[in-house]
Amino acid sequence: MQRRHSSGLASVITRALAVVFVVPVVVAACGGSADQKSGGGTPAASTSSGADLTGAGATFPYPIYSKWFADYAAKTGVKINYQSIGSGGGIRQLTEGTVDFGASDAPMTDEELAKTKGPVLHVPTVLGAVVITYNVPGVTQPLKLSGDVIADLFLGKLTKWNDPRIKSLNPGVSLPATDVLIVHRSDGSGTTYIFSDYLAAVSPTWAKAPGRGKELQWPVGMGGKGNEGVAGQVKQTPGAIGYVELAYAKQNGLPYASVKNATGAFVVPSIESVTAAAAGAAASLPPNTDFRVSIVNAPGADAYPISSFTYLLINKTPTDAAKGKKILDFVKWALSDGEQSAAALDYAPLPAAIVTRLSARLDSLSAGPTS
Amino acid sequence: MPSERGLGARIQGAVVGDRIYSAAITFFALCVPVLLILIALEIFLAGWPALHKFGFSFLTSSAWDPVNGNFGAAPAIYGTLVSSTIALAIATPLAIGVAIFLSEFAPQWLRQPVAFLVDLLAAVPSVVYGLWGIFVLLPILRVSVMPFLRDTLHLGVLPFFSGPAYGPSMLAAGLILSIMVLPYISSVSREVLLAVPRSQREAALALGATKWETIWGAVLPYAKSGIIGGIILGLGRALGETMAVTMLIGNRPQISASLFAPGYTMASVIANEFSEASGDLHLSALMAVGFVLFVITLIVNAVARWLVWQVSRGNGERAA
Repeated sequence: MQRRHSSGLASVITRALAVVFVVPVVVAACGGSADQKSGGGTPAASTSSGADLTGAGATFPYPIYSKWFADYAAKTGVKINYQSIGSGGGIRQLTEGTVDFGASDAPMTDEELAKTKGPVLHVPTVLGAVVITYNVPGVTQPLKLSGDVIADLFLGKLTKWNDPRIKSLNPGVSLPATDVLIVHRSDGSGTTYIFSDYLAAVSPTWAKAPGRGKELQWPVGMGGKGNEGVAGQVKQTPGAIGYVELAYAKQNGLPYASVKNATGAFVVPSIESVTAAAAGAAASLPPNTDFRVSIVNAPGADAYPISSFTYLLINKTPTDAAKGKKILDFVKWALSDGEQSAAALDYAPLPAAIVTRLSARLDSLSAGPTS
Repeated sequence: MPSERGLGARIQGAVVGDRIYSAAITFFALCVPVLLILIALEIFLAGWPALHKFGFSFLTSSAWDPVNGNFGAAPAIYGTLVSSTIALAIATPLAIGVAIFLSEFAPQWLRQPVAFLVDLLAAVPSVVYGLWGIFVLLPILRVSVMPFLRDTLHLGVLPFFSGPAYGPSMLAAGLILSIMVLPYISSVSREVLLAVPRSQREAALALGATKWETIWGAVLPYAKSGIIGGIILGLGRALGETMAVTMLIGNRPQISASLFAPGYTMASVIANEFSEASGDLHLSALMAVGFVLFVITLIVNAVARWLVWQVSRGNGERAA
């Protein structure tokens, strides 16, 4: 974070310096501001001169992407440079055309798509899930929670752990009269997007008030920076509840709740139940889907409800046809061979139904840029 | 004749050289302020859409709602000022104490090691302070310090020490900042105190002053403007510190009288949200926050300059 911050400043300084030496002050400052609006001071991709392809975006899938890029380079010799600067930065750089592909945890909005130079294809790669972690004194077995209870906890309507609504979901668990402390992400994050997307889907009140987004105006609680900030705060504070990525929770041995899904079953978050959510959602996808779909609260008895795709963003009409083909080849490889290594890194692989449909779409794309 | 022409040419050459040199020097000297102005202008222009849309209420509103595009920086401004104030209130007496001890009292063998260790505090990366804060400072605050202040000392009746003690809070941010700015203040103060002429001390001692009276009456007044300069340096660090504060302040955009409550600072808002901000207005609001921070830092520095100037003028008059 710190480094990104200072490199942002450095880029402003470099630009300002260039301005000093090249053009009169006023003109330059105006041009600079227009540049700033879209550029946002993220490090430019020009550093990656040795790579065949450059991409930028989401941090959540970075571990699996970097493994894919390494494996793919070893197999085909195609080098891919990826900067995990965050989904927002990835979308900005793709829009400006400074990278060959972007990556995002949340699908691009219509507003964002309107600004890109050409049509963008969303390619789901792996699945992520958000789990509810908590620190309730005296509770040893995993808690069970439902969507409306989670929403009301995070809205500040349920303030005690021994609230009758929480008790009725957890018969036989002795819940203390401890105050609930909400811990959320303070930094903009795809994790927050998925979580708020879920809450907006299950709670009409949530949909109205904080809504869905990577940053929210939280009704209650305090913010921790990153998964580790939230997890640290929850671990330390009796009565705290927060949300983190499934992979992070698994790797750090955090307790997490099973959540009631659309069919009424309580599902423990796991790689299988997250893939099941995508399979459940796949059934209802229209044939010409752009894959910009939310799979929270997906149907299916085994589906974990707080799940989501993470996407690669690809230009459907690349200016450089050779690069376009390279990207498509990579994506096809990732969907067939790459998916095998997902589970080992705690990512849920795509269900077969989605892979089949994606492959068909990619084939039609490499046949010729039509849609 | 030829030698005369040679001399003339040499003078001519020297004059041209002088001109080029002075032009080059002036140019480079001007680069710095021009750079500063350009940075300010750039941030201002990038923040203008938000400043224009919200007007003065950007400075007074507590709303920070990226989903609906409603922004106000008041809690962040408040948090920056309060956390820096706490930091200075704790660090200044400590740092000056350290400086006086090291320059006046410490035996020679102790002086260097202690000075080195205090200076080393400035070399610890910000994120390490943040981690230390999360794992060591916050639990101590939550379990011991906050209940002690609130219940044992009954300070809970004051609004500053009321409310639940969770750990992440304005107090935690202020404390970590105080540790971070301490080396700046103490190291400048120490140098300034060491620079006070021997004659100043000897004169006071010769008049029969005790050691304490010498330091208080003769050494400190002489060093006052330098010490204030050190405090200002510390303040500048506190205002802009990002990482450690973000990790400890709780990141809640609210204005609360209680120091136990979470808060937010301007630098934290930018650090938290910049990388994922995609809406134009959101980006612009973050830039506007950056501009406000820039202006506040500028004002603080101007006030500090004025203070130092006042103090040194006072010194001069007394001396005269």
